[in-house]
Amino acid sequence: MITLRDVTKRYGEVTAVDGVSFEVPSGEVCVLIGPSGCGKTTTLRMINRLIEPTSGSIEIDGQDVMSVRPEELRRHIGYVIQSVGLFPHLTVAENVATVPKLLGWERRRYEPKVRELLGIVGLPPAEYADKYPRQLSGGQAQRVGVARALVADPPLLLMDEPFGAVDPLTRERLQAEFVRIQRELKKTVIFVTHDVDEAIKLADRIALMRSGNLEQYDTPETLLDHPASKFVHDFMGSDRALKRLGRARVANVMRTVESTTGGARSVVAEACGGSRFVYLTDERGVLEGWVDCKVLDAGTPPEEAGTTVDWHEAAVHPETTLKDALSRMLGFGFRNVAVVDADGRLVGEVSLAAIEGTMADADTHIANLEEGEVLGAIPEESPAERDELT
Amino acid sequence: MILPPRMRPVVAAFAGTMLFAWIVGQQELWASVLGSLFPESARPVYPAATVAELTMQHLRLVGISSGLTLLVGIPLGMWVTRPSGADFREIVSAAVDFGQTFPPVAVLALMMPILGFGLWPAVVALFLYGMFPVVSNTVAGLEAVPRTVIDAARGMGMDRARILFTVEMPLAARIIMAGVRTSVVINIGTATVAAAVGAGGLGDPIIGGISVQNMAYVLQGATAAALLAVVADGLLAGAERLLTPRGLEA
Ligand SMILES: Nc1ncnc2c1ncn2[C@@H]1O[C@H](COP(=O)(O)OP(=O)(O)OP(=O)(O)O)[C@@H](O)[C@H]1O
Ligand SMILES: [Mg+2]
Repeated sequence: MITLRDVTKRYGEVTAVDGVSFEVPSGEVCVLIGPSGCGKTTTLRMINRLIEPTSGSIEIDGQDVMSVRPEELRRHIGYVIQSVGLFPHLTVAENVATVPKLLGWERRRYEPKVRELLGIVGLPPAEYADKYPRQLSGGQAQRVGVARALVADPPLLLMDEPFGAVDPLTRERLQAEFVRIQRELKKTVIFVTHDVDEAIKLADRIALMRSGNLEQYDTPETLLDHPASKFVHDFMGSDRALKRLGRARVANVMRTVESTTGGARSVVAEACGGSRFVYLTDERGVLEGWVDCKVLDAGTPPEEAGTTVDWHEAAVHPETTLKDALSRMLGFGFRNVAVVDADGRLVGEVSLAAIEGTMADADTHIANLEEGEVLGAIPEESPAERDELT
Repeated sequence: MILPPRMRPVVAAFAGTMLFAWIVGQQELWASVLGSLFPESARPVYPAATVAELTMQHLRLVGISSGLTLLVGIPLGMWVTRPSGADFREIVSAAVDFGQTFPPVAVLALMMPILGFGLWPAVVALFLYGMFPVVSNTVAGLEAVPRTVIDAARGMGMDRARILFTVEMPLAARIIMAGVRTSVVINIGTATVAAAVGAGGLGDPIIGGISVQNMAYVLQGATAAALLAVVADGLLAGAERLLTPRGLEA
């Protein structure tokens, strides 16, 4: 657990952070958000003492950070920055091994760990371990940055706009991976961004800052539904129904689908059963495309009734938010989109109707949905509680 | 056998060095070549010492003065880029700048009353004269290390010394080596002036040749010094290549 108590940082006349207090429970993701210059980076960097606070105290699991030697403290806190800051003269594996080496681990202890982490962030070590940073794309470099921060298994992770410098599609993937990794590793994370959608997507709690002050600290739902001030309301944006879709995951509304690996007409026809479409996969279950059963019935050979796709482009993951799934559907002009796991294996599909269902029921706290829970079973909130500011 | 690209300049420089060493050792070759170039000269070769001896003297002079330049210049450049030395940065760059613009002959003249005749006034003059490229490239190389890399290093818990020696210096190595190379090559040429204060070296036949009006001596000393500079440049270029981390190679 991280506790900030009345933390202030002054630079001469300028007060960068002004008496900020909040608490992040262990295993939660706290997103620091706010306009440029509001003190997010300063707040973050005081936690690992890259910046010393002017006053106030910061505790990690009850221990005052000022009581630990800064270098020692930082070796136990993961740190990821927008510019990544990989060492250009070291290979990917050597970069990732930095903190274990500082901690005095032996090679046989850190080497498997380095390879494991590269795997976790989606960079197969056989291919990437010996590359140099200049040989990586922006997204790959950022993955290495994340692996480097996680390799020594720190309980706390500080991330300063980690996905700010990559293109939107890569950012979306990195965010989905972050959600997947976080679900597995359960780190305490403090994550700086100025992208509201990113905050809504990733946060357990959002700390919204404004010129050095903490405006509101609460769950994304509360910030959307009960903004503490006009500033919070305006900052979160007006399209709140859509924003809420950023809290719900595909996993909550997807359904299973028919699929076949077959090529023969009879096999495909049988897989069609009563449904309109049937997905095609390879032997390992990786999505390859789909067949329109109607066209098939009309007598076209299966090869011609099918559409071949690259799952990287055309499918979403269970961790994808409904907002991203919706924009994918709109982009492709489909009413359904396939859901695949990290390796591209088909696990289901999500329909526009299912997403509409969650939108129509705008009062439901979609994020509270447990996997598989039925939408109708969510307790409703009285409409009067919403829109108090409008 | 195919050489890896980064070894090629090193191997070429070694071959050049061997060839140079052989040429320097061939006193008769110098005599016959200079004799054919200056047929009217009774003594086309500098008589007081062999080319090999003069070259060794020259190398000693350059070795000591450049060695001192590196020993002082690189740490000085490192220091003025640290917080503790930041205040001295302007003074140091002004001083090394002045050291380079001040003519070495004048330094020699000024040093003579203090250090007398011989090797040491020459060493002092050359040491000061060679500082500028070393210090300024060390500073430039360290400044060119991206702030974000240093920030990440600090964020991971490296202390300042470790960042300097395992991150900043490797990343600055190429630029620093380019400064070292410039400094040493300039020094080899400038060191011929040192013969004026009796420091010996390849300047001896040049200055001796001017005073007795024997252009063959001048050509002998100048040619040997020029060849030495080319060879040193090649060796240092090879070193520069080897010290450049692989990750920075284009
Ligand atoms: N070293 C410094 N000296 C003086 N003022 C500073 C210093 N560092 C930050 N500030 C000021 O403190 C305020 C907060 O800066 P900070 O970098 O924390 O903002 P931020 O919220 O991270 O902004 P951004 O979204 O642009 O990254 C700014 O007004 C900034 O100008
Ligand atoms: Mg910032």
